[in-house]
Amino acid sequence: MRVLAAMSGGVDSAVAAARAAEEGHDVTGIHLALSRNPKSYRTGARGCCTIEDANDARRAADVIGIPFYVWDMSERFHEDVVEDFLSEYAEGRTPNPCLRCNEKIKFAAVLDRAIGLGFDAVVTGHYAQLRTGSDGLIEMHRAEDMSKDQSYVLGVLTQDQLAHSLFPLGDTPKAVIREEAARRGLAVAAKPDSHDICFISDGDTGGWLADKLDDVNRGGVIVSADGEKLGEHEGSWRYTIGQRRGLRIGTPAADGQPRYVLDIEPVSGTVTVGPREALAVDGLEAIRPRWCGTAPEPGVPLECTVQLRAHGDEHRAVVTTDGDAVEVQLLDPASGIAPGQAVVVYAGSRVVGSATISATRRASTSLVEARR
Amino acid sequence: MTVYLDHAATTPILPEAAAAMTAQLGRVGNASSLHASGRDARRLVEESRESIARALGCRPGEVVFTSGGTESDNLAIKGLFWSRRSQDPRRVRILSTPVEHHAVLDPLMWLATEGAKVELVGVDRLGRLDIDAFRAAVEADPESVALVSVMWANNEVGTVQPVRDVVEIAHAHGIPVHTDAVQALGQLPLDFAASGVDAMTVTGHKIGGPYGVGTLLVRRELQPTALLHGGGQERGIRSGTIDPPAIAGFAVACETAVARQGELAERLAGLRDALVSGVLREVPDAIHNGDPQPGPDHRLPGNAHLEFPGCEGDSLLMLLDARGIECSTGSACDAGVPQASHVLLAMGSSEEFARSSLRFSLGHTSSQADVDALVAAIGPVVERARNAALSSRSAR
Repeated sequence: MRVLAAMSGGVDSAVAAARAAEEGHDVTGIHLALSRNPKSYRTGARGCCTIEDANDARRAADVIGIPFYVWDMSERFHEDVVEDFLSEYAEGRTPNPCLRCNEKIKFAAVLDRAIGLGFDAVVTGHYAQLRTGSDGLIEMHRAEDMSKDQSYVLGVLTQDQLAHSLFPLGDTPKAVIREEAARRGLAVAAKPDSHDICFISDGDTGGWLADKLDDVNRGGVIVSADGEKLGEHEGSWRYTIGQRRGLRIGTPAADGQPRYVLDIEPVSGTVTVGPREALAVDGLEAIRPRWCGTAPEPGVPLECTVQLRAHGDEHRAVVTTDGDAVEVQLLDPASGIAPGQAVVVYAGSRVVGSATISATRRASTSLVEARR
Repeated sequence: MTVYLDHAATTPILPEAAAAMTAQLGRVGNASSLHASGRDARRLVEESRESIARALGCRPGEVVFTSGGTESDNLAIKGLFWSRRSQDPRRVRILSTPVEHHAVLDPLMWLATEGAKVELVGVDRLGRLDIDAFRAAVEADPESVALVSVMWANNEVGTVQPVRDVVEIAHAHGIPVHTDAVQALGQLPLDFAASGVDAMTVTGHKIGGPYGVGTLLVRRELQPTALLHGGGQERGIRSGTIDPPAIAGFAVACETAVARQGELAERLAGLRDALVSGVLREVPDAIHNGDPQPGPDHRLPGNAHLEFPGCEGDSLLMLLDARGIECSTGSACDAGVPQASHVLLAMGSSEEFARSSLRFSLGHTSSQADVDALVAAIGPVVERARNAALSSRSAR
């Protein structure tokens, strides 16, 4: 096959490209430039937006012996990922930009362009496994190395996208990948993993949001679950559901227990806090489902597991769909779940699909109003 | 087989130049040393200087060796600005064009933060300086102009600038003129003295010489302030140990390129016309940029700049590269990100059009077979790039 290897400049994508080339594919490497001015988003050595990263990717391509180009995806990335991230936060939700980037950039804009240019597939260094199921459809499974599993951020991919994707690393533990990179002479073998959001250069998401959302719902009040005013804040987007630190509430709770953000109401700017128990969620509603293969039968409860955040725990659940609406009943309650996050549905190790959480149901109260 | 159509980026070294250079690589001798080995090295450098002076129509003392085009441009722009302003503090304006190479534009933008008033006089649709606007800009306040810098021929679209008219207007007020002639040398007739310019940038690797060596030709009467201070080589304008092997190779390339210029220009103009008409036959809606009229006052004979509506330039480049055909999309930043060409934008092109163009540039090794290979490939490549642009634009 003619395949396009998306190379971030990190060790995973370099080994993925090398493996694809070794399997006999005709591989072309590309680095995605996601910022118009490559210095503006990130200045450290990690992440995916620096000149050093582009150079690391280029040197890896040299060693593998494949052609290499830089594709400018900065406009699409800004519109589809950065602006979306900002507007989600401004509306009190907690988005996952990596998921969004996979959905809109890597496996959409890049894949579509690749197909148009005559490539058969895109290869990336994501940790997930693709198999052909008995029905002939491509199935995506969790990675062998659960500590590196990235099927959660790939849960947005549809059958068409999966049919044009290769994830050569899914069957291998990360430590082995590093050894393999060293053996292949790839200079990035010991390069640290990136953890932060790639377009926030110093990892200070709060500070970055404060800068960008300066004139959005500036102030508001912090109240307890029963409506008592406890303090004021300078922007509801500074808070995430489940957050404990940095609340700066003068008076302690009556029972002396720490308090957590329970709810964010962006229009009035009200942030509700309360005890840890009040964070427990036993049900949620989600929208915009994307199914990897066949969609679940509408109205028929599906016993499955769900994952609610990257590297989060699995929860046993029952999922019921109704067109674009997805209802999730959690058999194992979850804590600190925020609208905007993705719920990814699994059948064993297989990804069934994903949807965006729009409302949560608190276990402690009979029902918290479904807001979004 | 590689089809190399990017001679404006760099052109293969001439065998004569490589031989002259390699003959010197094993020899010892700092050209500033006083002993016999030093004198031998110095003699080689001075003989090279003399042959370059003969080839380019200047005096040997006007040849200041540098590391190449970027350094020569920086030395001319910053050095002449500083020295002219120190003679008269009213001289703070620099007049230039928006289609200059970044080696001129970026020093200008930097000087603007150091008190210079930079005025980029506009160009027309062909990329040629609006000479009336230029005259008006000079005459608005000639006393305040420190210098003028206008390139001889544009590196992207190949348009030749009216340097003679620029010199006439500037010299009427005693204002020195610098020109970047990096692309012109070897392709167009070039004579420093006859041109009237006061400083001229040329470089080795664009004419079949080695990388990393070039010169700023600068009139004896002008003493640009040095960028590099040290041993005082090159009239004290450019300190640094002289590189005899590179200079020897550069001198041979210069002589050879000038001697063969007429014949090369004629041959390249023929190949270029065949390339443009062949591509337009295969892709009828392609648009030719720059001056359509041939001749040394109009365009570089080896440059063909074409716009392919509906295509991304970098898709085209990648598809051609996969077929062994090498060309350029214009300027690229450090990371290799293609940027919309500032030259095309200055010529009135939209950002979208500016991103859909390719530059094919021919040189001394170009042949009809190169042109035929491109013409054979371009139709399917453009069709594929168009499909890719359409499919990546539509949302999934």
